[in-house]
Amino acid sequence: MVLNSKAPEGPLAEKWDKHKFNVKLVNPANKRKYDVIVVGTGLAGAAAAASLAELGYNVKAFTYHDSPRRAHSIAAQGGINAAKNYQNDGDSVFRLFYDTIKGGDYRAREANVYRLAQVSVNIIDQCVAQGVPFAREYGGLLANRSFGGAQVSRTFYARGQTGQQLLLGAYSALSRQVAYGKVKLYTRSEMLDVVTVDGQARGIVTRNLITGEVQTHAAHAVVLATGGYGNVFYLSTNAKYCNATAAWRAHKKGAYFANPCFTQIHPTCIPVSGDYQSKLTLMSESLRNDGRVWVPKTKEMAERLRKGEIRVQDIQEDDRDYFLERKYPAFGNLVPRDVASRNAKQMCDEGRGVGASGLAVYLDFADVIKRTSAQAVSQKYGNLFEMYEKITDENPYELPMRIYPAVHYTMGGLWVDYNLQTTIPGLYATGECNFSDHGANRLGASALMQGLADGYFVIPYTIGDQLAATPPKPVTTDHPAFAEAKAGVQARVEQLLSIKGTRTPGQFHKALGHIMWEYCGMARNAEGLKHAKAEIQKLRREFWQDLRIAGTGEEMNQSLESAGRVADFLELGELMIDDAYDRNESCGGHFREEYQTPEGEALRDDDHYAYVAAWEYTGDNQPEVLHKEELVFENVKLTQRSYK
Amino acid sequence: MAGSAATTNTKPMNLKLRVWRQPNRQTEGQIVEYPIKDISPDMSCLEMLDVLNEDLLHQGQDPVAFDHDCREGICGSCDLFINGRSHGPEKGTTTCQLHMRKFSDGDTITVEPWRANAFPINKDLSVDRSAFDRIIQAGGYVSVNTGGAPDGNEIPIPKDIADRAFEAATCIACGACVAACKNASAMLFVSAKVSQLALLPQGQVEAKTRVENMVAQMDIEGFGACSNIGSCAAECPVGISLENIAILNREYLVAKATSNTLA
Repeated sequence: MVLNSKAPEGPLAEKWDKHKFNVKLVNPANKRKYDVIVVGTGLAGAAAAASLAELGYNVKAFTYHDSPRRAHSIAAQGGINAAKNYQNDGDSVFRLFYDTIKGGDYRAREANVYRLAQVSVNIIDQCVAQGVPFAREYGGLLANRSFGGAQVSRTFYARGQTGQQLLLGAYSALSRQVAYGKVKLYTRSEMLDVVTVDGQARGIVTRNLITGEVQTHAAHAVVLATGGYGNVFYLSTNAKYCNATAAWRAHKKGAYFANPCFTQIHPTCIPVSGDYQSKLTLMSESLRNDGRVWVPKTKEMAERLRKGEIRVQDIQEDDRDYFLERKYPAFGNLVPRDVASRNAKQMCDEGRGVGASGLAVYLDFADVIKRTSAQAVSQKYGNLFEMYEKITDENPYELPMRIYPAVHYTMGGLWVDYNLQTTIPGLYATGECNFSDHGANRLGASALMQGLADGYFVIPYTIGDQLAATPPKPVTTDHPAFAEAKAGVQARVEQLLSIKGTRTPGQFHKALGHIMWEYCGMARNAEGLKHAKAEIQKLRREFWQDLRIAGTGEEMNQSLESAGRVADFLELGELMIDDAYDRNESCGGHFREEYQTPEGEALRDDDHYAYVAAWEYTGDNQPEVLHKEELVFENVKLTQRSYK
Repeated sequence: MAGSAATTNTKPMNLKLRVWRQPNRQTEGQIVEYPIKDISPDMSCLEMLDVLNEDLLHQGQDPVAFDHDCREGICGSCDLFINGRSHGPEKGTTTCQLHMRKFSDGDTITVEPWRANAFPINKDLSVDRSAFDRIIQAGGYVSVNTGGAPDGNEIPIPKDIADRAFEAATCIACGACVAACKNASAMLFVSAKVSQLALLPQGQVEAKTRVENMVAQMDIEGFGACSNIGSCAAECPVGISLENIAILNREYLVAKATSNTLA
C-alpha cells in the first residue's frame, strides 16, 4: 500500500481552510442516521464524543474506567500551549508551528503541525466558555507562563493541575450529551478487538470488566482515543491501567503502526526506591527553572556518599559537578528533555550517581532559597515539594531532591493521514494513540493541545468525508465478522486462563520492562537491540507457557485484564526494537549510540531517514513490513539542534 | 512550607491485614485476615496490596480487587476505608499517596470499601460510583457547543473569583466525603461543582436549573441528607472546603424561591 498522507496542496497557511471546504459534508438531517464509536474518554476521546454528538451523530463512548473523568489526561501538570499572543511577545501560529517541528527534531508532518498551531487558539476559547478555571491576572484576563523549547509565553495553565481541569471540561461536555441521549456511555468496558467488514471498520468487541461479558458493537465509523504505550517499560509516569491493547488490536487488523521507537524520557522524576515499585512520579519540568542539577565530581566520592560514609551536606562546592551548566552554558539546566535525560544517565553510567541505587542525580534548590527565601520557593513549588516529601520522606527545602529520568510519553502510534484516518478505512486515531504531530520529541504543554485539537476541532470535520460516502443504512452486529471477532476474543480469554503456570502477569511485565529500559530506553545500539529482540521472543514464549492468573472470565478479574495487556505489550515491545534497529540515526528521543556528534549529541541523517516508518502486521511471529512516508519540508530549514 | 516529617519507621514491617472480601454484589462478604511480611516503609499502601496480591496469586488464591490508576493522587480512582477512615490516617492524602511509614511494625490494618447505599460493591474493595456521573449529567456543565465560543479574554474574571472557582473544581470525585459521612451524603461533591459554576460568569445562565436538577438527582441516587457535621471536608484528600455547601444551600434556596419551573 502506498501511504497517502492526503495533506492538501497549496500554501501552508491555507491548507486547512481549503481542506475543510473540500471535505464532503453530511446533511444535518442525515447525521442522526450515522453511529460513531469512540473508544477512550480522555481529552481526545471525550472532546470527540461530545463534539460529534453535538453535530447530531449517535455516539457510543467506551472507557475501561469507572468514569470518563479518570482517564490519565487528568494527571497532566504543566499547561497547554496556544498561539494567542496575549503577551505581545512575538508569538504567532507560524512560531508555534516552527517550535513544534524543530522540537520534534524534524520528524513530523508539516501540514498536521501547522493545523495544530492554527486550532490551538480555538481550544482556549472553548475551554473558557465551558468554565475551565484557568489562571488569571489581577485584571481578570488569562495568564500565561513559559515552558521548555519556546522563547515566548504561550502556556495557559490551572496551577499544576491543567490536565485535570481540561479533562473535567471535556467530561462536562460529554456528560451533557449523555443526558441528551446523544451519547451512550459504556464504562468499565475494555475494547479487545476491532471488527472490519469488507475492509472497513464497522465496530468493536468489548469485555465488561464487572461481569466479564464479551459484547459486540456496530457503527459506521470507529474513533480510537486510547492513549500511549509508555507502560511497555513497566515503570513509567503513566497510570497503572494505561495500555496499548486497543491500538495493538487495531494494528493486527490492518492499521499501520508508525515510529514505535519514538518514546519520551522525562528527566525529572522521583527515582525508583525498591523492587515493589509500581509506577514513577513526575516532578514538573518547571522545577528546572530554579533547581540546579549536579553529581559529585569523582566516582570515589559518589561511592562514599552511597555507602553513607559522607552526607550530601559534606560535599564542598568545588567537589560538585553542575554538569548541565558546564556542558551547555547557553541553556544550562533548561536544555530540552531528551538532552537532560541522556546526560543524567551518562553521569550514573560513570559511577557518579547518588542515592542508594546510584541511579539518581541531585536537583538542588539551596541557591534559590538563599537568593530569595524558602517562603518564596514554597509559593512557586509548594505542592510539588510536598508530593516529593510524601513519597521520599525527605525534605527538599533542606536536602537536594534526587531525580532520575523516566518514560513519560510516546510520540509513536497508529499511522494516520491528514484526516486522522488509519490505514483501515473508517478507523480513526486521535490524541496520544496516533503518531502525527510531535515527531521524535514532544515539547512540554503540547500533549494537551494535541488531544483537544484532534477531538474538538479536527475529527468533527474530517470524519464527515468518510461518512458522506457511506450509505446511511443502519448497521448491525449481524454480519459474521462480528461473531468471528467475538469468538476470537473469548478464545483468547480462555487461553490465558488455561495456562495455569507459575509466573504472574506482573512478573512478566517487569521482565519486559527491564529489557526495554536496558536496550531500548535512553540510549540504544544495534548489538543491544539484537540481543533484546531475542530476549523478548524468549519471554513471550515463556508467557504463553507459564502464565499464572486466578479466577474465571465471567467475573471481575483484574489478573486476567492485566495478562491480556501484558500479552500485547510483549508483541509491541518487539516492534519498537525493530523500529529502533532500523533507524540508523539519532533524533529527538531516539538516541543510537553509533550516531552522535563528537560532543555526544544526537546526529540526524536527513538524507536517509527523513521519513515516517509505518509498520504493517503480516501475521503471528512474522516480520512486520516497513512502509515509508517521506517527509517533505517546504517551510522550515532542517538544522542540527544546538544548546551549547 | 512543609516541615520535616516525623519518621517513625525505616525497617521492614510485619503486619496483620484485615480485608473485606466479597466475590460480587449478590454474595455476602466478610473480613478475611492476612499476615503480611517484610513491608518496606517506603511502599505506598497500594503497593503493599500489590505485594499481597502477588502472594495470593502464587498461592492459587483470588487476588483482592481494588480500584486505582494514576497512583499520584489526582485520578480519584482509589477509595479505601482504612482503619475506619476514608483514605486512612494521614490528612489530605489519597490512599495511593499514603505510605506505609505511617504505620508501625506489628500493626493490624483494617481495609474496607466505601460504605454507602449509593455506592454498591462490585467486588471486594471496588465500588460503583456511577451515581456521581449521573449527578454531573443532571446539570454539572455549561451548555456550550464546540465552536463559536467568544475569545477567551472577552470573559474577564476577577482573579480571586477564578481562584475560588479553581479550588472548588479540584474535587477528584473519589467519594471519600460520602464514606466519611454518617448519613452517606454527597453534599460536598455536589456543592463543589455547583460552586465552581455559580462563581463563574459562564455558569450564570443555567444557575437555577443546575442546582435544582443536581440536588434532585443526588436524592434519587439515594445519598443521605447533610447535617453539617463536616466529616466530609475533614476527610477530603484534596481539601474541598465546607464553604461550598453553604454556597450550594444559598443557590438552592434562591433557585427554589425564584424558580422558573412550577414543579
